[in-house]
Amino acid sequence: MPARPITGALLASELALQFRRRRTWAMLLALAAVPVLVAVAVRVSSGPPSGRGPVFLDRVASNGLFVAIAGLSLSIPLFLPLTVGVVSGDSIAGEASQGTLRYLLIAPAGRVRVLLVKYAASVAFCLAAVFVSALAGVLIGALLFPIGPVTLISGTEISPPAALGRLALVAAYVSVSLLGFAAIGLFISTLTDVPVGAMAAAVVLSITAQVLDSLPQLEWLHPWLFTHHWLGFIDLLREPVSWDSFGDNALVQACYVVVFGALAYGRFLTRDVLS
Amino acid sequence: MSIGPGARPLDAQSPEVQSSGVGSPGTQSLAIETRGLTKTFGRQVAVDSVDLAVPRGSVFGFLGPNGSGKTTTIRILLGLAAPTRGSVSLLGRPLPAGLSATLPRVGALVEGPAFYPYLSGEANLRRFDAANPVGHPSTRAARVATALERVGLAAAARKRVHAYSLGMKQRLGIASALLVPRELLVLDEPTNGLDPQGTREVRSLVRSLAAEGVTVFVSSHLLAEIEQMCTHAAVMSAGRLVAQAPLEELRAAGCASVTLRTPDPERAAAVFANLGLRMLPALDDELTATMPVGMEPDQVVAALVAAGVRVRGFGVTEQSLEDRFVALTGEGFDVAR
Repeated sequence: MPARPITGALLASELALQFRRRRTWAMLLALAAVPVLVAVAVRVSSGPPSGRGPVFLDRVASNGLFVAIAGLSLSIPLFLPLTVGVVSGDSIAGEASQGTLRYLLIAPAGRVRVLLVKYAASVAFCLAAVFVSALAGVLIGALLFPIGPVTLISGTEISPPAALGRLALVAAYVSVSLLGFAAIGLFISTLTDVPVGAMAAAVVLSITAQVLDSLPQLEWLHPWLFTHHWLGFIDLLREPVSWDSFGDNALVQACYVVVFGALAYGRFLTRDVLS
Repeated sequence: MSIGPGARPLDAQSPEVQSSGVGSPGTQSLAIETRGLTKTFGRQVAVDSVDLAVPRGSVFGFLGPNGSGKTTTIRILLGLAAPTRGSVSLLGRPLPAGLSATLPRVGALVEGPAFYPYLSGEANLRRFDAANPVGHPSTRAARVATALERVGLAAAARKRVHAYSLGMKQRLGIASALLVPRELLVLDEPTNGLDPQGTREVRSLVRSLAAEGVTVFVSSHLLAEIEQMCTHAAVMSAGRLVAQAPLEELRAAGCASVTLRTPDPERAAAVFANLGLRMLPALDDELTATMPVGMEPDQVVAALVAAGVRVRGFGVTEQSLEDRFVALTGEGFDVAR
């Protein structure tokens, strides 16, 4: 069975392709710029905490480790879905519009394998995006602000190394919460040969879901929205850690991955590649 | 146009031509076989009951004007599109079930080359090679280098494809079809965008591949190209297969036309009609008609004389392959649909 090493070769090729593209680096740089901007803005203004703005913004000045958290929570509603939408929306549609999809298929890469590899590459981008964002936050925070013991929401104080552990947990949470969205992007990408259309549709969907999530009249719908748990990582900053939202989030994301993965599979396996 | 669509000389005889060309060999010796292949897009019929039979080892020319359904047929052959009706078998295996087993043995260029513009030619080939389950990763670099060498792109291997000319991209496309040894090559308009030198190189490449025993299925809208390198040919027109035979047979089957100079045109016309000759529009005292296949000009003259027609001049014009191509596909620049 040569399937395993071959999928590995194609995946390696896909990842190399993705992370060698200037577009990918530009998006990662933009994501890294968010916590840097936050930190610089706080440092320059250095006024008393106003209590408004993203979570923990007011605590940044007292402890640099909060920069990463504040940066992530700023990126979650728009910048992260924007970049993930670009990558996942482009995944199949981009190859189709370029014409390389037909050459991959007659190579023959196999349609299922192409789909799996494309989703894996989107997931890799989600991980990279969150990691870069968190790392940039930690670095700029350490550079501009004092680093010390961190006070959690529950009032408990933990050491800086333990706080980095919590940050890693938050990063994992945010990465997981993007998986369902990446599957939606992949599905949309199988519908069209116009990558920009697929990207825009994916991003619009993420914004629509967040708008719906903010309407109290639609409360029955909220637990089913893939954006509903996006900011639930706060529960990981309690002592002891409350895993409920992590579990709920993972479950919702898994449902979206299964449903939209199946839709993408059904669509892509039967579709005529005419570009 | 002198020949109306209803009077296409080969329409009537194509079944006959087909049977002598490809009917006898068994399915095993066919590289490509389609039966009743039909593809519709909405209400438009792009490919209409096409029965292709491409013998193994042949260089098979797939002729037809732009828009006649060649590329759609090729897409179906390669599993990119599903037929609406009909069946396809590739290298003896029915599609789509046999696709994953067959495609590694098939190299193809479909509707022009397509690459990742921001990657070098070499990196592009490595990517397509990585997608192919045949061929070990450890020998990938060697395969890519050999393929680039074969199409004369070794010097530009590290340039980004973005900077390639159309001809270079076309060569790179052929290189990607040659990454691993193939049993069948499907080349859709392979000389598109190539200069005369490049066109000649492609021809000699096709010949050398054919000499190695590779079946080559090459589509073109240029008859001259097919004539120079193919052993067999099929002609598509408006989605239908209107002729299919070894090239020699297509040439020989060309019906000649006779030109007769006579002061008795009415009587001559009656004789022609009796013999089954098809009249073409006449000049003053000159009659032109096409002879049915197999008829000798002497028979016509004998019949004319026997009927008392005064023959002042008689000429025979063999129809060139080009005339036949035009007759089969219609003349002019209009795209079929």
